[in-house]
Parts: sequence; C-alpha cells; structure tokens
Amino acid sequence: MSKKLDYILQLADNAMILGHRLSELCGHGPILEQDMAVTNIALDLIGQARSLYQYAAEVEGQGRSEDDMAFMRDAWKFKNALLVEYPNKDFAYTIARQFLFDAYNYPFYKLLAESKDQTLAAIAEKSLKEVTYHLRYSSEWMIRLGDGTEESHQRIQTALNELWMYTGELLEASEADTAMLAEGIGVDLAKIAPLWHQKVDEILSIATLEKPEVKWMQKGGKIGSHTEHLGFLLAEMQYLQRAYPGQEW
Amino acid sequence: MVVTKEHIWSLLEEVCDPEIPVLTIVDLGIVRDVKINDDALEVVITPTYSGCPAMNMIEVNIKALLQEKGFEKVTVTTVLSPAWTTDWLSDAGREKLRAYGIAPPQGSSEDKTALFQDEKEVPCPQCNSINTKMTSQFGSTACKSLYKCKDCLEPFDYFKCH
Repeated sequence: MSKKLDYILQLADNAMILGHRLSELCGHGPILEQDMAVTNIALDLIGQARSLYQYAAEVEGQGRSEDDMAFMRDAWKFKNALLVEYPNKDFAYTIARQFLFDAYNYPFYKLLAESKDQTLAAIAEKSLKEVTYHLRYSSEWMIRLGDGTEESHQRIQTALNELWMYTGELLEASEADTAMLAEGIGVDLAKIAPLWHQKVDEILSIATLEKPEVKWMQKGGKIGSHTEHLGFLLAEMQYLQRAYPGQEW
Repeated sequence: MVVTKEHIWSLLEEVCDPEIPVLTIVDLGIVRDVKINDDALEVVITPTYSGCPAMNMIEVNIKALLQEKGFEKVTVTTVLSPAWTTDWLSDAGREKLRAYGIAPPQGSSEDKTALFQDEKEVPCPQCNSINTKMTSQFGSTACKSLYKCKDCLEPFDYFKCH
C-alpha cells in the first residue's frame, strides 16, 4: 500500500508545488491577461492537488486530511519532480518550465485515465481537460517568445537550456512508478517518453529554438531529495499552519 | 407525504451558483443525481473545474436549503467522472447567461489541442454583433474567456466550451 501512497503523492506534489509557484505570480504577471492566465492554471493545479491529496489521505488511512498532506509534511517527504519547484525567475523561465511539464503531464493523464484504479482514472479524466488548455497555452508562448524578438528568443533559449537537466527524472521510473505499473494502476513512462520528445521537438522547431544537448540529468525529487528551492517555497506555503496549527477560516 | 426525486430536483433549482448567481446548480449541470433512502437524502454533485472554489459553498447551500424544507438527513457527495462539460448547461441556463451579459458557449466540440486556432464567432451579449474579438483565453473564473465587441465596444465574458 505504501507504494501506492508514494505514487499518489508524486502526482499530488507535482500539482501542488507547480500550482503554488504559479500562484506567486498573482498580481505580478507581466501583463494583466497573462497574470490571469497563469493564476487560472495555478487554480486548476491546486484543485487537482486537492483531489489527489484527499485520495492519498484515504489510502494512508491514518485520519490525516488533504490539508495535513499539503501543509504538515517537510521537504524530504515531498515527491514532486525537481522541475516544478524551480523558481519563476522571469516569464521565459515560467513558460519553459510550464511547457516542459505540460508536454509530460498531458500524455500522462491521458494514459492514467485508463488506470485500473477508478479514483485515479476519474481524477485523470477530469484533469486531462484542464491540462489540455495548459499545454496549448505554454506551447503558444514558447513559439511567441522563441520566434519573437532577438531578446525574447535568447531569453527563452537560456531558460530552456538551464531547465533541461531537470526533465530526465520525469521520464525515469521510481520504485513507486514500477510497482504501480505492474499492478495496472500506474502509467508506463516508457510510453510517455517518445510522446514527450515528439511534442518538444514539434514546438521547439516552430519556435526556432535549439533542443539542448545537455546529457547529464539532475534527479531525486521522486525520492524526496530536493533542490534548495523547495524549502523556501514550503516555508512560505506552510507558514500559517506551522505557526497556528489547525487554523481554519 | 411521499418524497419524489422530481420534488427534490425542483427544490435544488433554488440553489444558485455563487459565482454566476443567475444560474442554478441544476442549470449548470452540477447536480448529477438525487438518491432517497427512507428519510435520508443524498445529492450527487460534480465540479465544473477541479479548482472551482465554489464547491464547498454549494454543498453548504444544498444542505441548508434541504434542511430548511424539513429534510434532516442530507449528505452531499462529489463525483469526478464523467467529467463535467458545458454540453450539460441547460437551454434555460444559456438564455439566462445571455441576459446577464455573459455570452453562452457556442456549439459543443472544438479541438483544444490546436495551437493559435481560429476563434469562434461569439455574438456580443449586448448588441448581438458577431464583430467580436477574444482579448484573453483566461478570464475572471476558470470557465470564462474575455472578449471585446468591436461594434458597441463593450468588453464581455464568454462562457467557454469545456
């Protein structure tokens, strides 16, 4: 059962941490329309995280709530990919991070919708409709920035190069991924990999961007070994529940 | 008195969506089922979007209304599958949206994976002109886009197909 819990937390933490990152841009987007767009995407992701945390708490069976899962675990208990905890920096980083993740998340949920586990299949079916918009949005912005001005092209290429080393672990199976695949619950990442590369190649080509040649990949997120960025993120996200445990409004 | 499902459905038409108060939760297709077990009622609802912040309030409002009508035991269950779609929006709901100044969803299916797709013709809810333009794919709530009418110059919300 704990492998299943780990698996659900991998998905939940990806959605929660990326959702929180995007929510940091609320009121700080480059222009009003994009501020609304990224916060809309944040809302979708946090909503997906809620459904997944509720299920994680149920599977764990120790009476914890969705809020306990999000606000009362420390960094090394989080199983999100390193990519999603990367800071927003500028809009190029925000878009490149979103695109690299969406290109993975879209085929992932498409396959998860066929899971033997009915709850995960239902969450995937629901989330897929939302992730479809996210992928379209981030793809369009990759193209606008890449095939835009000299300045925007150079900045999105820099962001892409820097984030590339965090993409490897998305497609590499953890123990939880392997165990859940064997039970017909999880998604086969070997099937996701070619779809991810195909989408990335397609969009980078239209965007006149170069696919980075970085071969070395940084990993560890799925087993709780994170970059220094996650601790700072959690310090802000969890502040209220840490300072006033159990507080509600 | 024998309680029928139809009766409960008609009562639920008094519960409005907190974000678009001209629509009831029945117009929106949020209510999926009503189950009656002796004196206990179960209302099954589904969220429009995963992050819809109105779901808790809708649940509280359903319970409050039914208790006010004399039903003591009320549970509200949330289901995710089948996933909500704007196809479930009633005709009455579409007309109410238009009268409220929000353009209702046009048609049902569109390819949401297509990049830079042609925008749909969305008639302005104020002057009916189809000379309108999308200003943002994402609007004030997850279910809406922002449009502008190029004839009467009014900005307006479009309830997008989902």
